[in-house]
Amino acid sequence: MRLRTLLWKELWLRKSRMMSGLLAITLGIAVIVGIQSVTAVSERAVKIKLDNLGANILVLPQAASVDDYYTADIDAPTFPEDYVERVATSMLPGVDNLSPKLTRRVKVGDVPVILTGILPANELASKPIWQSAGLAGAELAAACGPSPEVNKGRSFVDEKLQRKAIDSLAPGELLVGSVVGQRLNLKDGSKVVIQGREFTTARVLPETGTIDDDRIYAHLHVVQDLLGTGSQVSAIEIMGCCSAISDGLLGKLRNILPDTRITTIGQIVNTQIETNRLMAKVSLILLVIIFLVGAISIANYMWANVEERRREIGTLLTLGATRGSVYRLFLAKATILGLLGGIGGYLLGTFSALVLGPQLAGLAVEPVPVYLAWSLLFAVAIALLGSWYPTYRATRLDPASILQEF
Amino acid sequence: MLGLERVTKAYSSRRGTVHALRDICLKIERGSFVTITGPSGSGKTTLLLTIGGLIRPTSGRVEFHGTDLCTLSERHLAAYRNQKIGFVLQSFNLIPYLSAYENTMVPMSLRNGATNNHEQKAKALLDRLGLADRMDHLPRELSVGQQQRVAIARALGNDPEVILADEPTGNLDPTLSAEILSILRDLNEKDGRTVIMVTHSPEAARMGRHHVRLVDGCCVEADGVAATR
Ligand SMILES: Nc1ncnc2c1ncn2[C@@H]1O[C@H](COP(=O)(O)OP(=O)(O)O)[C@@H](O)[C@H]1O
Ligand SMILES: [Mg+2]
Repeated sequence: MRLRTLLWKELWLRKSRMMSGLLAITLGIAVIVGIQSVTAVSERAVKIKLDNLGANILVLPQAASVDDYYTADIDAPTFPEDYVERVATSMLPGVDNLSPKLTRRVKVGDVPVILTGILPANELASKPIWQSAGLAGAELAAACGPSPEVNKGRSFVDEKLQRKAIDSLAPGELLVGSVVGQRLNLKDGSKVVIQGREFTTARVLPETGTIDDDRIYAHLHVVQDLLGTGSQVSAIEIMGCCSAISDGLLGKLRNILPDTRITTIGQIVNTQIETNRLMAKVSLILLVIIFLVGAISIANYMWANVEERRREIGTLLTLGATRGSVYRLFLAKATILGLLGGIGGYLLGTFSALVLGPQLAGLAVEPVPVYLAWSLLFAVAIALLGSWYPTYRATRLDPASILQEF
Repeated sequence: MLGLERVTKAYSSRRGTVHALRDICLKIERGSFVTITGPSGSGKTTLLLTIGGLIRPTSGRVEFHGTDLCTLSERHLAAYRNQKIGFVLQSFNLIPYLSAYENTMVPMSLRNGATNNHEQKAKALLDRLGLADRMDHLPRELSVGQQQRVAIARALGNDPEVILADEPTGNLDPTLSAEILSILRDLNEKDGRTVIMVTHSPEAARMGRHHVRLVDGCCVEADGVAATR
């Protein structure tokens, strides 16, 4: 027989008492895992909403003002479209959805409209150089928020907010803002002639209440052709991960594109940064509370367990155990309880989140396997922390005085 | 051979200092049977635990075959208790969640190195003490007499030279007491172990070939074991 046999026998023959201690850790971990699983999803949901507010970084020609971006004068300055690739190949972390635009005022019949050339998402992805950049984009999406599929799958799509996700646009097609659509009396499928070239209206966009309602969107390269600007654009809109923006993303972009003006769209960025901060704080507070509650309840159990086993400790010391071996015996027990509680807590927490998430919060929660490792680490840490002092005290006891107590 | 030289033990607490042992000098030859008597609180248990290496005396020396126990490290003192001493206590102190068989193996499993033969040794010991059919019982499933016999089997686990028994019959009725006392006599006479037994009962006290009487921490009688100063 080995000394560790005592450990298993004690756990086994005092199952019911052990279960109460185990339950404390298990429930603590379950609550953490459950809350974290739901928080992870809702954080993503909030980020998707935030990102749907649109691009938050603007790259403009050096000489342009932000006003130019909105008014789109005929002679507003431009810069080469290649700049997009410069940013994409630089693999800067925290850069997503680069979208180059060329904007000009034109007339359709007598009606003045703003014509904006854009690159649809599917063309961005199909360029080889963009695909390699897309790898970085995938990581970014994981760290920073939504990919369009996640977005749709989770039904967070909000038509009005969705300015960026124009997936495909053929050379002969237009997307028409609602005000322009009304004024020109356009429907899906109507023909429009702009500067002598005929287009088909692919879709009249829903009303947004912004300047976008006065716009007509066409393929960037078609617009460049039509206006004879060559490979020039008037702006690049970028969706920057807001934590990357706080880490100085703008400066890095300025290094890559020295002869441009780079600004953030302040309101959007501030909202994003504030919201992220708030969520991080709430998670941290919950974590601290649960850590304390967990540590206290396991300490309580171990304390009672040690007290109850004073006589046994005295007996072991009498029979020739060293203090060190008794200490190890109790800490080993704490470790085992921690491991069991960690696994149990992870399973219980994940299961509850999967079941309750959709019912209570309307969020589809997915299991997060990394949390298992964290649960184990955390539970063992709590159990050791809670057991350390009572065990220390128990091994300091004078065996003689324990034996004389009875 | 066990020698105590001017052993004094004082317990200090906030309420003052209690002198549990004063100037005890004894010389106990290997193979002796020594009984210790004295009124309650006279220091009998303290004396026994001091000999067993559980209490370090405030002053004086406890020698075992010429080695002063005070000079031993904690680890060596633990090994001394484990291999040289077998404790039999009044309240048995069996580990409640271990069977008789497993309780008997505890001192063996605390011994560094040798891990073999535990099962056989434990079986043989329980057999010798007439517990062959109770091996797998938990302490609470045993009578008090049986529990005390398991405690004795456990004390013999590492074949110790010295058996220290603190009122081993204090909780037993006369028949069971006689049974336990005859086991202890066997351990002394047949095995040649040194047995040192604290007792309240005059008959039990008469069993010892040597006798120590304590009053108020002082040795007032040390028949055959007095050390020459
Ligand atoms: N751990 C201790 N702390 C303080 N005083 C103690 C302690 N153990 C014993 N004593 C005191 O020492 C004296 C001797 O105790 P003990 O050896 O248990 O006597 P006995 O076994 O003869 O009844 C008693 O007065 C007791 O109160
Ligand atoms: Mg006593």
